[in-house]
Amino acid sequence: MSANVAIASPRPARTGMLLGSLQFLVLLALAIILPFVANDYWTLIGTRAAIYWVLVSGLNLAVGFGGQLAIGYVALLTLGAYTASVLVAGNLGPAWPAFAALGASGVVGAIAGVIVGLPALRLRTFYFAMTTLGFATIVTQIALAWQSVTGGGIGVPGPVLPAPFDSSMGFYFFCIGLAALCTWMTANIAHSRFGRGLVAVRDAEVAAEAIGISKSRLLISVFLFSGAVASIAGGLFATLQSYITPDAFTFDLSVLFFIAILIGGRGSIIGPLLGTIILTVLPEFAAPLVAWSTFLYALLLLIIVLVIPGGIANLLDFANRRPLQSNRIIAPRPQALGALLNHGSAKDAIVLSNVVLAFGGVRAIDGLDLTIRPGQVHGLIGPNGSGKTTTLNVISGYYKPEQGSVVFGSTELDHGAPQSRARYGIARTFQTPRIIGEASVLQNVMIGGTIDGTATFVESLLSLPRHRRDERALREEAMQALRAVGLESLAEVRADRLQHSELRFMEIARALMLHPLFLLLDEPAAGLSADEIRRLGELITAISKCGTGVLLVEHHADLIFDICGHVTVLNLGKELAAGTPADIRAHKEVVSAYLGA
Amino acid sequence: MLESIIASGLAIGAVYALIGITYNTMFSASRVMSFTAGQLGMLGGVLGSLFILKLGLPSIVGFILTLAVCALVGVVTEIVAVRPVLSKLDQHLYVLSTLALALMIQQVTAIEWSTEPQPFPRLLGIGNGDPLDEKFWLPLVACAAVVIGLEFLYRRTLVGRAFLAISEDNFAARALGLPERNLRMASYAMAGMIGGIAGFASGELLLAFFANGGMLNFYGFVPVALGGLGNNRGAIIGGLALGLFQQAANFTLGGVFASVGVFVVFIAVLLAAPQGLFGAAASRRV
Repeated sequence: MSANVAIASPRPARTGMLLGSLQFLVLLALAIILPFVANDYWTLIGTRAAIYWVLVSGLNLAVGFGGQLAIGYVALLTLGAYTASVLVAGNLGPAWPAFAALGASGVVGAIAGVIVGLPALRLRTFYFAMTTLGFATIVTQIALAWQSVTGGGIGVPGPVLPAPFDSSMGFYFFCIGLAALCTWMTANIAHSRFGRGLVAVRDAEVAAEAIGISKSRLLISVFLFSGAVASIAGGLFATLQSYITPDAFTFDLSVLFFIAILIGGRGSIIGPLLGTIILTVLPEFAAPLVAWSTFLYALLLLIIVLVIPGGIANLLDFANRRPLQSNRIIAPRPQALGALLNHGSAKDAIVLSNVVLAFGGVRAIDGLDLTIRPGQVHGLIGPNGSGKTTTLNVISGYYKPEQGSVVFGSTELDHGAPQSRARYGIARTFQTPRIIGEASVLQNVMIGGTIDGTATFVESLLSLPRHRRDERALREEAMQALRAVGLESLAEVRADRLQHSELRFMEIARALMLHPLFLLLDEPAAGLSADEIRRLGELITAISKCGTGVLLVEHHADLIFDICGHVTVLNLGKELAAGTPADIRAHKEVVSAYLGA
Repeated sequence: MLESIIASGLAIGAVYALIGITYNTMFSASRVMSFTAGQLGMLGGVLGSLFILKLGLPSIVGFILTLAVCALVGVVTEIVAVRPVLSKLDQHLYVLSTLALALMIQQVTAIEWSTEPQPFPRLLGIGNGDPLDEKFWLPLVACAAVVIGLEFLYRRTLVGRAFLAISEDNFAARALGLPERNLRMASYAMAGMIGGIAGFASGELLLAFFANGGMLNFYGFVPVALGGLGNNRGAIIGGLALGLFQQAANFTLGGVFASVGVFVVFIAVLLAAPQGLFGAAASRRV
């Protein structure tokens, strides 16, 4: 039966993708027809839109997918324009050929992109926005002051491309070609583990860490790419302008790029593309309003933020308006687990010894020893504030305990490094599900397998075989995980349309993507119906039967006593009792402190 | 030259400090950093010039009108760009909504006022361009007056304590029955006035120029970021230090190096201590 589902399921995904490419192909066809049906002026506007899109396509990965508020991207446009122009004009050493200069500006832009982007690794939203703004101001100031090279306020001529790209028509098609290439490349990234990882960093950073996504490596790759394309766009912009001065690079351009993405919608490619076209063309229809264009952009930004945060992409997303079946039942199929958890029987245990962690004056964990064995369901119970979740957070590396150690097999796990846990095969879920609401259920689950990918960023960019193999494998595994938890019928639905209980099972599916040796579950039964709790219990039992050790933090005593092989009771950060469920049920102090008579 | 560096450094530093306090005042009330802070400083200069030079009103009337309009802009910021966003799940939206409003303010000024720097009136007529000229010490006086006023407000008055309560613990303050929304609006009005004072007092130094908004936005934020969010003492120390550093670099090395220098120091310090030199560490996330 499962084979049946496997054949049927990819079909909606493929038609969806075809429909998606169709939108792009229609736009491309229109772009190709444009110079034959319109006059030179419109070809010029089209060229400008294409150049802007080359920049915006890269920026879109950082802003729309990664959620990094890089506002001052005009700095990279400026940098690229000047690099290309100065090299071609021969103001620095011998004159370069135009294409070599464009390539050089791409390299310079990639480096600058990382420098501008680096603060994003440590600084939060407003801070990062400010640093990109500061950078934009400085680049302009340097362009003004470094007269011997940039010509100062007088400027410098832009590079002229060799034939056949020196005519307006030739240049137009060159830019359109580059824009199409950028669209294709960013779409590849969007549909790769990198794109999903970016969205995870944006919407569920904590979960991204548990999955093993390295935010810094991911963002650096993206900033390299977006810096390079932004700078190349700058070089082309200089060609289009034919003469550049610092005045050409106003902050208005930054606003335009940024708003194009927001109008389009976060995490979409067609949206920002339409946004770029609209914003480039709009002033042409409102000639008297040209002076007010920045004001109108800003107004538009305000309206979008307040009224339609989803942007155009959201308006175009018809598939997710169809109502879902209302009385859905989650029916896990534990037999599907075998393919995911085929790591044989693991032998190493996770051992916590004498862990102490205090928040200010509160000793949340006060000298705890705990051993979680493979293939066993280990229950962790106790009253609120007894340190259950804190223990789980210490194991998964979010907290640094003041004392004590967490040892897995023969390696001591370092504290405060949650990204490292995925490599050890330690997966977890969260008390409140940490999900990406705008992504489909399938994508949410696929994110769980991010560290299994083998293709590099560049391979994904160019959709090379390893990237395609990764995608196929991840997709199949994710479907398998969804079948295991019983959500495969909802694979293509946006995650934020699911019920709470379904999200809990989805988080388990995501955790299963790591083929975990250990699975840490933080109150998975909270908010579930009695029926669902029973199925959850069966699922967890089946997971442990495959050799995976499960640490189960729960308040539902019935569930704990039904499925756990071993139970530890915490009180005030210390172990109050430990033993088999039968021991615990008979333990006097536990009964009086927690279970109640 | 040293006197010039100190005089202009302290003067411009006091302006940065005041803009920093403007940021902080809005932040305390709403946990929102607003891009309009610098624009308020710009408006202080432009409106002062408009009321006194263009319309020929007496200085004191011009000053009061400037403050009134800036307070109004503060309130509009709260209503248009802050309140709607506070209720949304995605709290980062405030960066965009306040940026949008700031751009709109700047653009309207550029179109309706002028894109060139316009003169600002002499307020008292003391000094003749030397380091003791009023244009250098007026910002310092304004900064001192604002700090003393704020201290008095926060420590001696009931309203001031209510402000503190809101900024300490919003939920608890609401549970006590404090009118959170009105207090927030009042905070924004006050922030508007502080920004207006900064611009008005520095009008003779920075002139009435629409592009001052963006400049003050950045340089006013630097002391806040270095001193820690919501920390006025940090903002004042950071602002004055920034002003002196910038002017020293300006006089000795030239404007571009001053800007680059400030930027590099700013990034370096932030990367080393993201919560600022006087700020508290971030809270738990999981």
